[in-house]
Amino acid sequence: MLREPLTVGMNAPRADAFTKVTGKEQYAADYYPPNLLWCGVKRPSYAHALIRSIDISRAKEMPGVAAVLTHKDISGSNRLGILEKDQPVLAEDTVRHYGDSIALVLAESRYTLQQALELISVEYEPLPAVFDPEAAMLEDAPVLHPGRKHAFLETEAGVAWLEDDGALVIVASTQTPFRDRTEISHALGIPSCRIRVIAPYLGGGFGGKDGITVQAFLALAAQHSGGRPVKMWYSREESFLAGTKRHPAILKYSLGCDQEGILHALDCRIVMDTGAYASLGCEVLALAMEHAGGPYRIPHASIEGIAVYTNNPVAGAFRGFGAPQAHAAIEQVIDELARIAGFDPLEFRLKNAVSRGDTTPSGVTLTQSTGILACLETARDSAAWRERERWESLAPPFKKRGTGIAAINHGIGYGPVIPDNANAKIELTGEGRLIIYAGVSDMGQGNAATYLQIAGDILSQTLDNMELVLPDTAQTLPSGSSSASRTTFTFGNALIGAAQALRKRILERASLLFTYQFFEHVRAEDLGLVPGHVRHIPTGREIHLSFVSTTMDQSERTAANSYTCPVNRQKPPTGGSLRIHGYPHRVYSFGVNLVRLEADILTGEVTVCDFIAFTDAGRIINPELFDQQVHGGIAQGLGYTLFEDFLVSEGRILTGDFGAYILPTALDIPDIQSIAIPLQEEDGPYGMKGVGEITINGAFPAVANALARVCKTRISSGPLTAEKVLAAISRNEVGKNR
Amino acid sequence: MKINFLLNGKETEIEIEPDRRVIDLLREECGLTGSKECCGAGECGACTILVDGESRLSCLMLAAQLEGREVITIEGLAKDGCFHVVQQAFVDYGAVQCGFCTPGMILAAVDLLRRNPTPSREQIREGISGNICRCTGYQKIVDAVYFASLALQGVN
Ligand code: FES
Ligand code: FES
Repeated sequence: MLREPLTVGMNAPRADAFTKVTGKEQYAADYYPPNLLWCGVKRPSYAHALIRSIDISRAKEMPGVAAVLTHKDISGSNRLGILEKDQPVLAEDTVRHYGDSIALVLAESRYTLQQALELISVEYEPLPAVFDPEAAMLEDAPVLHPGRKHAFLETEAGVAWLEDDGALVIVASTQTPFRDRTEISHALGIPSCRIRVIAPYLGGGFGGKDGITVQAFLALAAQHSGGRPVKMWYSREESFLAGTKRHPAILKYSLGCDQEGILHALDCRIVMDTGAYASLGCEVLALAMEHAGGPYRIPHASIEGIAVYTNNPVAGAFRGFGAPQAHAAIEQVIDELARIAGFDPLEFRLKNAVSRGDTTPSGVTLTQSTGILACLETARDSAAWRERERWESLAPPFKKRGTGIAAINHGIGYGPVIPDNANAKIELTGEGRLIIYAGVSDMGQGNAATYLQIAGDILSQTLDNMELVLPDTAQTLPSGSSSASRTTFTFGNALIGAAQALRKRILERASLLFTYQFFEHVRAEDLGLVPGHVRHIPTGREIHLSFVSTTMDQSERTAANSYTCPVNRQKPPTGGSLRIHGYPHRVYSFGVNLVRLEADILTGEVTVCDFIAFTDAGRIINPELFDQQVHGGIAQGLGYTLFEDFLVSEGRILTGDFGAYILPTALDIPDIQSIAIPLQEEDGPYGMKGVGEITINGAFPAVANALARVCKTRISSGPLTAEKVLAAISRNEVGKNR
Repeated sequence: MKINFLLNGKETEIEIEPDRRVIDLLREECGLTGSKECCGAGECGACTILVDGESRLSCLMLAAQLEGREVITIEGLAKDGCFHVVQQAFVDYGAVQCGFCTPGMILAAVDLLRRNPTPSREQIREGISGNICRCTGYQKIVDAVYFASLALQGVN
């Protein structure tokens, strides 16, 4: 496999898999610079309180403690935040949730660190706290979506040190190395040019490492460590406490159609609890609103969205970014309306689904590839759908079976205002190898491997002859965040230009070298790249790339290309500042999820028997990586549908570790059938669209719709646990003969 | 105290507090960072190692318990530069995404195949159910372990 040149469309092996299966890959958590100090943070005892005083004297005097820092040691603004700069690195006079930070301790060992943190005493004046977003008081039964935790396996981690010249180096598990640099600079008053951020492969991110986690603490610590490197690595409990989570949401919907089943009107209200700080709350809400009406034509729509500050844990980016909450609501409401109006749920969707050129309920006219009808038609023709009634009737004793579907869409990229830009760089080394400088993090989705595949395709090289430089603000070029289903979409487009420019230069120089050899003018058109070499096609003669490289200086061996995605310039009438927060998108991925499940009528336990995902995420660069995203997104979706419940009471997390917060295991997730509907998208590299998030939007409503068939009623709040399912079944069985 | 054990085939003597956790000994004293800590509480399996051939959670073991044992970590699984069949299968069947669960998952699978060389897919799911993966949805991991079992049986 490694001997073949990589091509787009093949199942190229992931380059990172080789180092990951041997344990050699070094993640941020795996850095232990010699002579390091461990850092940790003092967290508050109240969800909302004034800080009267902080006494660090006892901690400071403890043997083995190198420094104890408070906000007084910060010379910058002490404010972090992506758009809204509202989060202090270390609290000044107020704490706003249990995950806030009061003091930073640097110690010789983790043991000493824990003891020192306990020796810090803080005097508080408790303040009244808000835990319910105002709309928790809505009448009717709205769809309630609790928060969820990313639960990436590598908790927030990093190391930092000062170079001899005083410049700061941070190695961190981050989705946003370039933005982190700006945020740290602003908060701590360190010039950006004196900060270098390096992002190795992440042990998972899913949005939870979109922005600052430990980076600002590390930066501050490194400035007070007496020249020693510093390390920070959250425990699982601290990750749950201080990390962001998915926005809990309350969604209230009214939807109307005519007698023919044509949708006419939607009225909905989405209230999101963003916790103590904004993080990406406005952006998440904007995306939820954009997707609130799903992939349908509904000419009259009113969509209201509110993000509320509370003293709950901070909510932020999480794969899907608001769309899963919206789809959980609209797709259940669509099913209910179809049932009430007497239509087959799939035919009802087909009647109303958007085509290219149509306008969505949020007012976006779709100018790009729109595959929802193709997904729905393929689902309709599948055996699982056609034979659903027979399959359901064959339920074993004490089980009931249900089939459910959901139709989903997902906007790709940053939206119209923040430039969705990436800058790719590729180098031909003196040895004739190729280096791809990837400025956007790989949090596990395999985008870095995809970059190798794209460059390999254009330059006809094997995996063996290429290497990657992962995001490093000193070596790679700014390319935005690893988020928004954009990592391959945007960087891929940038890389195509860079690789083509380098290819052209290589062939031109090689034509000179061949001309010297043949004493006859050789045209670049007669040359082709093959692994490690340039070949003169008419004669089959080859010269090694290292030889071609000798005709170039350092600047010529490198090609860079900047790419900014086209944006949607429509300005549908909206209130507020939705555009700034990313509305509207231009390119959308689409999908239909089909679920067949069995519920145990004695225990309420749900077994997902079959899951079929029909996905239009454009053309596919690597089918195996595509399926990885489909499987993984659906597994996370099923996790939050059936098990995961991020319970918070009065701002305190009740499910603060893996013992209490139940993640799906291999026994809980079925084999998933992934069926691609690969429409060509002209904006995307090789016709692709992002697939990272569309995969998580459909599990909840598809399962809820299947369960509604089983229970003959709806469960209005997630997760759909066995207890709730049993209660719903029993509610319906009361007074009835089975 | 001094402890003596066989670590990835090498006689190893280490001076260490007897109550240090094995995961810390491996990562901080031996520089073997392939074993991951993700919960520190026996819930995720990322810290799995083989002790006398059986899978153990190194976050729940104390250094003193290694005295006289044979320990294999992910770094010691490949032999003479050749991947173990399970490692190769994880690469070939796309079972690796972020890879943070991968070392523990592979060692759990190796132990499973030692105990049951011909597992069904269901038995594989059962066998790795102590190991959390947040990225893959497990399907390709199950594929990898299944095809590794066939390869170990000499079926192609
Ligand atoms: S770290 Fe040992 S089981 Fe999770
Ligand atoms: S591959 Fe990321 S946790 Fe398993």
